[in-house]
This record gives sequence, C-alpha cells and structure tokens, in this order.
Amino acid sequence: MRAPDDSLKTRIGDVLLAVEDVSLAFGGVKAINGVSFDIRQGEIRAIIGPNGAGKTSMLNVINGFYHPQQGRITFKGKTRSRMRPHEAASGGIARTFQNVALFRGMSALDNIMAGRTLKMNVNFFWQMFRRGPAMREEIEHRRFVEEIIDFLKIQDIRRTPVGRLPYGLQKRVELGRALAMEPELLLLDEPMAGMNLEEKEDMSRYILDVNEYYGTTIALIEHDMGVVMDLSDRVVVLDHGEKIADGTPDEVKRNQAVIDAYLGVAH
Amino acid sequence: MDILYKIFIDPFMQMGGAPDLLVQTLWEGLVAGMLYALIALGFVLIFKASGVFNFAQGIMVVFAALTLVGVYDLLRGAGVPSGWLAAYLALAIALGVMGILAFAVERVVLRPLVNQPDIILFMATFGLTYFLIGFGEFVFGGNPKRMIAGELNLPSGAVEFKMAGGFVAMQKIDIAAVLIVSVMVAGLSFFFQRTRIGRALRAVADSHKAALSVGISLEQIWVVVWFAAGIVALTTGIMWGARSEVSFSLQIIALKALPVLILGGFTSIPGAIVGGLIIGIGEKLGEFYWGPLLGSGIESWLAYFIALLFLLFRPQGLFGEKIIERI
Amino acid sequence: MLYREAGQFKTNYVDDQAVFPIRQDRIGIAVILAVAFVGIPLFGSDFFISAVMVPLLVFSLAAIGLNILTGYTGLLSLGTGGFMGVGAFACYKLTTIFPDVNIIIWILVSGFFSCGIGILFGLPSLRIKGFYLAVATLSAQFFLDWAFVRIPWLVNNNTSGAIEVPSRYLFGMPITGPMAQPEVRYLVVLSIVALLTLIASNLVHGRIGRSWMAVRDMDLAAELIGIRLYRTKLLAFAVSSYYCGVAGALMVFLWYGSAEPAVFGIDQSFFILFMVIIGGLGSLVGSFFGAALIYGMPIILKAIVGLVGLQISPATVEHLTFMAVGGLIILFLIIEPAGLARLWQVGKQKLRVWPFPY
Ligand SMILES: Nc1ncnc2c1ncn2[C@@H]1O[C@H](COP(=O)(O)OP(=O)(O)OP(=O)(O)O)[C@@H](O)[C@H]1O
Ligand SMILES: [Mg+2]
Repeated sequence: MRAPDDSLKTRIGDVLLAVEDVSLAFGGVKAINGVSFDIRQGEIRAIIGPNGAGKTSMLNVINGFYHPQQGRITFKGKTRSRMRPHEAASGGIARTFQNVALFRGMSALDNIMAGRTLKMNVNFFWQMFRRGPAMREEIEHRRFVEEIIDFLKIQDIRRTPVGRLPYGLQKRVELGRALAMEPELLLLDEPMAGMNLEEKEDMSRYILDVNEYYGTTIALIEHDMGVVMDLSDRVVVLDHGEKIADGTPDEVKRNQAVIDAYLGVAH
Repeated sequence: MDILYKIFIDPFMQMGGAPDLLVQTLWEGLVAGMLYALIALGFVLIFKASGVFNFAQGIMVVFAALTLVGVYDLLRGAGVPSGWLAAYLALAIALGVMGILAFAVERVVLRPLVNQPDIILFMATFGLTYFLIGFGEFVFGGNPKRMIAGELNLPSGAVEFKMAGGFVAMQKIDIAAVLIVSVMVAGLSFFFQRTRIGRALRAVADSHKAALSVGISLEQIWVVVWFAAGIVALTTGIMWGARSEVSFSLQIIALKALPVLILGGFTSIPGAIVGGLIIGIGEKLGEFYWGPLLGSGIESWLAYFIALLFLLFRPQGLFGEKIIERI
Repeated sequence: MLYREAGQFKTNYVDDQAVFPIRQDRIGIAVILAVAFVGIPLFGSDFFISAVMVPLLVFSLAAIGLNILTGYTGLLSLGTGGFMGVGAFACYKLTTIFPDVNIIIWILVSGFFSCGIGILFGLPSLRIKGFYLAVATLSAQFFLDWAFVRIPWLVNNNTSGAIEVPSRYLFGMPITGPMAQPEVRYLVVLSIVALLTLIASNLVHGRIGRSWMAVRDMDLAAELIGIRLYRTKLLAFAVSSYYCGVAGALMVFLWYGSAEPAVFGIDQSFFILFMVIIGGLGSLVGSFFGAALIYGMPIILKAIVGLVGLQISPATVEHLTFMAVGGLIILFLIIEPAGLARLWQVGKQKLRVWPFPY
C-alpha cells in the first residue's frame, strides 16, 4: 500500500476532471447509466468493474470519442456536455488502449514522435525543405522523445516497425506515445492485460514514476486487484454501467456491493 | 433565372407533356437497373460469405459471356451444327469454366491471403481483373462478338403498348431480362434463407466457427459462393450481351454496380435490387431530361454522383446499420 | 565497397534524423544522380531517352503522387488518370493564354489546378472510408473523363479534340513541341521529378508524413492524439493530386507531344495503382521500381518474344502483358505485400550483415 496520508495531501490537489450524471447508450444497450465521479490533480484513480461494466466507454467519453446522451464533463474548470477528441488532446488528455492501438506500419520511434504532433507547428513550406525551423523542431522533439525512450528502456527497438514487436513491448511503446503528449491527465485502459508478473511489475513502476516525477494525473482501468490496491489512491467501481462504489482501495475492498458484483450475485 | 427554370421546371413540364416518353424512359431505367442489380448481386454474394470486395465481378460478367460465345464458335469449328444444340453445349461448358474459375480463385488467390486486411484482398481482385481481361482476350481474341441470344431461344424484337396517351416500346429481351432477374433474386433469397448451405454461408459472414459446426469447410464455401457469383455473372453477361455485343468495353458498364452497392450496402440482396433500380432509373431520367443542359453523356458519371450524394447523408448505405466504431 | 554502418556513429540527432543515415546510401544516391544527369544524356540513345527514360520518370512521379494518398495515407484512389488530365489540360490552357511565361513555370503551376480538383473530390473522405471512398474517386475519374471530352474550350476548340503541344523555349532552346531534342526534354523532366521527389521525401519523413501514416494505420487513435483527420486527409489529397497533375502535364508536354482525353481514362488510373502496389505501398523508391516494372513489362516481354524467335502479334503481347501484370499483382500481394521496395530493403539488410547470415 502506498501513499501515507500526509504525502497524499501534498501530492493531490483540486478536481481536475469531473463527470456528472453521464449516460451513454448504443441502441438499446445502456453502457453507462448516470455515473458521476471526479479525478483530482496528481492522483492515481482506478476504474474497476466486471467485463462489460462500461469502463472503456467511460474513458471514451472522457476523451471525446463517444458522445454521451446525457451528463456534463468538467475539465480544468470548463463544463461541457461532451468532449471533442481534438479538444481533449490539446487540453492535455492522453490515452492508451485496451487493444493496443499503435500505428502498426511505423517504427517505435515514429509512433512516439507522432505523439508530439500537437506540439509541432512549423508550416508546410519549411517541411518541404526539411531545413531551418523544420529541422530544428524535429531535433528538439527527437531529443524529448529519446528521453522517453530511455525512460521506458526501449532503445534497441527504436527502428522496429511496431507491428513486429511482442505484445508487452507494444504496450510500452503505446505508453511512450501517450507520454510524448506531455499529458496532464493520462488514461490507461488495462495497461497490464496479458502481461506476466515481471512485465506487470515493470509497468507498475513506470506508472508510479510518471505520476511522481511528472506529477501526471492518471486514470487507470485494471482487472488485477493486487495492482489496483498497490497503485491507486482512490477507486471507482462500475457494474452494468452504474457506479456502485467509490473510495479508497480499502473501503472499496470491503464494500458489499462490490463483493457481490465480483462474485456475480444477482441484483 | 433562365438556368433555374431549365433545371427545376422545364424537365417536369416535359414529363407531364409527354407521359408516354416518361414511361418509356422509366422502363429503360428499370431494365438497366435490374441488370446493374444483377451485377451487384454477384458482389453481395461474395462479400457476404467471404468479406472480399470482388472488384472482378464486372469482368467475370464479360469473361463469362465471352467464354460462352467463344466456346460456341469453337464447337461449330469442331463440326457441331449451329443452333440450339451447340448453344446449350456451350452454355454447359461456360458454366464449367466458371466453376473452374471459382476453384482456381479460392486456391490461388483467397487461400494464401486469408488473414490479410480487406483492402489487400480488394486489390488482389484488381489483379484478377487484369488477368481475366488478358486471358479472355488471349484465348478468344479482342474483337467484339455477337451474343448467341437467338440460339439460346431468347426472344428478340419489340412489343408496343398503347399507354399514357402514346406508345411505349419494350424489347422482348428486356422483358425476359426483368423476368429472369426476378426469378434469380427469388431463387437466391430462397437459397440463403431456406437451404442448409445457404444458412451456412450466412453463418460464415458472422463467424467462421459457426460454418465449421455445420460441417462445411471454409474453402468449400468460398468455392460455392464464387461459383454462384459466376453463374450470376454468366446470366448477366447473356442479358447485357444480347442488348449490345460482347466485348471488354462492357466492363465500364459493369463498374456501375459499384454505386449500386454503395446505395444498397454490401451485404443486402434487397439493397442491391433497390439500389440498382434507383441508379438505373435516376441515370436514365437524368440523361434524358437534364442531360441536354450539360451537353449529354452525363450517364457516364451520374450514377457515381447519385451514390456519392447518398453516401454523404447515409454513410452506411440505404439498408446498412449505423455502426459506432470502437477502439 | 562494403555496405556497413559500423563505425559511423551518429553523434547528434541531426545526422540520425537524416533521410539517408548510412554513408553508402548517400554515395549511392550521388552516383545515381550523376548517371541520370550526366551519363544518360551523354551516352543514351535517342530511343532509350525518349521512349524509356522519359516515360519512366513521368510514371514514377505519378506513382509517387498516388503513393502519398494510397500508400502513406491509406486512401485508395481510382482517379489518378483524371487528376493527371487536369494538370495536362490546365498547362495547355495556361501556355496558350499566356505564351510568354516559361513553360516550366506553367507545368509546375498546373499541378495546383489538379490540387484544387483533388481537394474537391477529397471532401467526402470526411465521412466515408475504404471501398466507399474508392468509389467516390471513381466519380472523379468518370466526371473528369466526360469533361475533357465535352468541353471543347479545354483544347481551344481543336477539331481533333486533342491537346496539341506548341513549341516553347528555354534560353532559346526548344523544350516542348516537335523540335525539342530528347536530351533536353529528358533533362527538364528529370530535374522536375528529382526536385519533387526530394520534397516528397522531406514531407513523408517529418511531422506531416507521420500524421499521414498514423491516419493510415489507425485513424481513431490518430484522432485521439490530436491529429486532425480531415485536414490530414485533405492535405494528402492536395499534395497527391498536385504530383499527379504535374506528372500529367509532363506526360503530354515532354513525352507525348499531343494527347487525346482517352489517355487519362480509368485504365491509366489502374496502371499507376499497379505501379504503387508492386513497387510498395508507402515507399518512394518503390514508386520508381513499380513504374519501371509495369512500364517495362511489355518492352521486356517483346524482347523475350523476339529472343525466342516466336512470331507473336503486338495484340497478343498486350494480352500477355495484362495477364502478367494481373498475375504479378496477386503474387506480390501474397508473397510481399510491401512490394519491390521491401525486397530491396531485405537485400540491403542481407548486405549489411554479409558474410554472416544472421
Ligand atoms: N461502439 C460500440 N457499439 C456498440 N456497443 C458498444 C460499443 N462500445 C461498447 N459497447 C457496449 O457497451 C458495454 C460496455 O462496454 P465497455 O467496453 O465499456 O466495457 P468494459 O467495462 O471496458 O469491459 P471490459 O472489461 O471487457 O473491457 C458493453 O455491453 C459493450 O458491448
Ligand atoms: Mg474495456
């Protein structure tokens, strides 16, 4: 268990993002039903729940990929009924995906460089000649990306097309791409799914480091309860699209509704 | 103002003024539409069962027709007297050739490409298209040929109906085409809905396991659908060929099936029919009433524009369901 | 000379971000350029220059154009022929209306016209994808085909309905029209193609190229990292059709000398698409390889037929070419979907570790 109470107070700040009463349906399927919760600056917030609970859909709502039929999203003090993907990205929300969504034909380096796109703005003219400002910009961002590559220890696969990398490394490159956006809020969708124990430990380390050194706020979906207990400051539990619990890992673990949901007790 | 009048008022005045011409145009649109639909049907069959967007369907139409006529000539050269016997023999052989084609395509093209992205398979059918053009011309020569419609006992000549204050002429072959297409569509629908293989075919579209559980291998199913598409192609080829002549320039017409598919969706048989009719009728009306404004010949692209317009408002086609992408 | 990167440590990212990080590659490029700019004009026969090299360069440029759209951005287009036509007709109109402006300028400007048309027909790409978009580009192809034939103004009301290239000069030397020497035409084409290839290479290696490929590989993820899908796709349409337009203008002005609208038909679109597929989707070098293979195939076939001593009619050679091209497309998609460019990469990789197989 991490984060004794006093350090928690200094590390965690105001509400960074709040969703209120969000509902989302696909045709007849209610994926999310009137869910509210918030994410505070600097914390690691876990979202858990059984399969099909609506966790991924929630992240998709947060970064504007799904448009909820109802509800409000407040991000950095601005309230709106829905996010737009571009708004979310430029506002500092980055994301990894449950099923790795890398650019398969591109090298690891290019994937991570692509994460810098929003920070690059040299115009078409200079790009045509790859000189002057265009080259300077490219180098500057390459330097930043190399830091990420060192941090994630993926130096030797820089030039490999990611489609050919093993799954665990792909997940790491994807994290790298998200970090390249220098996000304020990082959404991780099952970053450790399908990993062995060692890889999970590595990934946990990276997540904690990102949170501690860069102060990045993290929302994390994870099925491995051990990992959730170790990493997160607060946990929100979804089931069948509804929020059934919200609190510290300890509170949630003892919550009867949560135990029932995981044991499959009928409601 | 004048141009607005010509676009929005004048054509309708003409329609009202000479309803028999309107009926005639509609009829021609209907026939063309049915034939487009028939080509589209071949696409749908294959797409439904194997997820392959078969660009070569249009060429298969020409190839099938060419084989039929070519074999007929060969038979006569070999001493079989002209007439229905040679024609039906040629028909049987052409069917056999389409079967071999289906088999070869499965072996040489589909099987090695099984798990490739759709777009790769799509492009492979471009290769197939060119191969078939080259092969067809190599074997049967490149010059246009006459379809052996009479020998196959298809009617010729026209009938006139007194209608709408004038006369409407219908080619008998067109009437036959409409009838045959209707029978074919009904037959295919029956096949898909009621027979074991047909249901298995539909199952493949959903899940390959399901197909295996019915006891039919994927390979067999592919051969069957490609053969079915070949039969549809042969039918289409005979009908189109009877209306003009058989040559590879028909492929341009065959491409018109693409906008039809866009309207009707890639997986729906009724969609192919409705799409075909919309395109066929829209195109003929457009050409007849609005074409002169633009210097005529707009038939060559109108179908695509109609489809494009629809697409902008309903990207999933007329009958497709709206899909929300996941990530 | 050994092909090695060993010992060539990159001390800074400038070198490492270079398009050709390995010295031997840079030497290779220099040699190719020297041969192309000096060797071929000096030693190539007129036939070789005007019937092999010029067409090859023109097709390579068109293939690069289509590759930007289809290979890099993943938007399948069947309208290349039409876009090439726009460039050719625009160039013709411009040079006949303003004959005093240098033709090279007009060739480069004419690309902007097809760029505009390309953007127009790229607009639906916001809402439609894949096969659907391919059909949308077919509408461009057929509409343009029709327009080239039906609007006599485009060919200055020539009774032939064809573009007849006038003579134009550079430093007093004819570079277009019947009097232009093959070497001169070749050098003009080569310069333009070299320049545009360089620009394409710069674009695809930077931010813009990465955005294109991101959209190709996973458009939804691209959108979520802040890439504007629509702008990126439209830019690809714009750049791609610019290249095709210039290629079309070069084709008519520096190769054909006169051209009927039929030249820009759907067959041309397929022809170029095949070059891109066989050369390698998403590879600039591949565009050259693909152009060489597809354009060279009938020539090679004819040569083989001649060697074997068979009597075969030109029509049959054409049919065989079709079969061979179709077969090759399928073959490449099966054994090497990344095309000739990939084989080239593999070859280089082998060379790099030679003589050790691993
Ligand atoms: N694009 C979509 N179209 C239709 N239904 C969808 C879509 N996305 C999600 N759903 C449905 O919404 C519900 C919630 O799905 P979601 O992916 O959010 O669950 P999850 O909690 O992430 O589950 P898992 O743990 O399996 O990842 C499911 O019933 C799913 O089928
Ligand atoms: Mg999920």
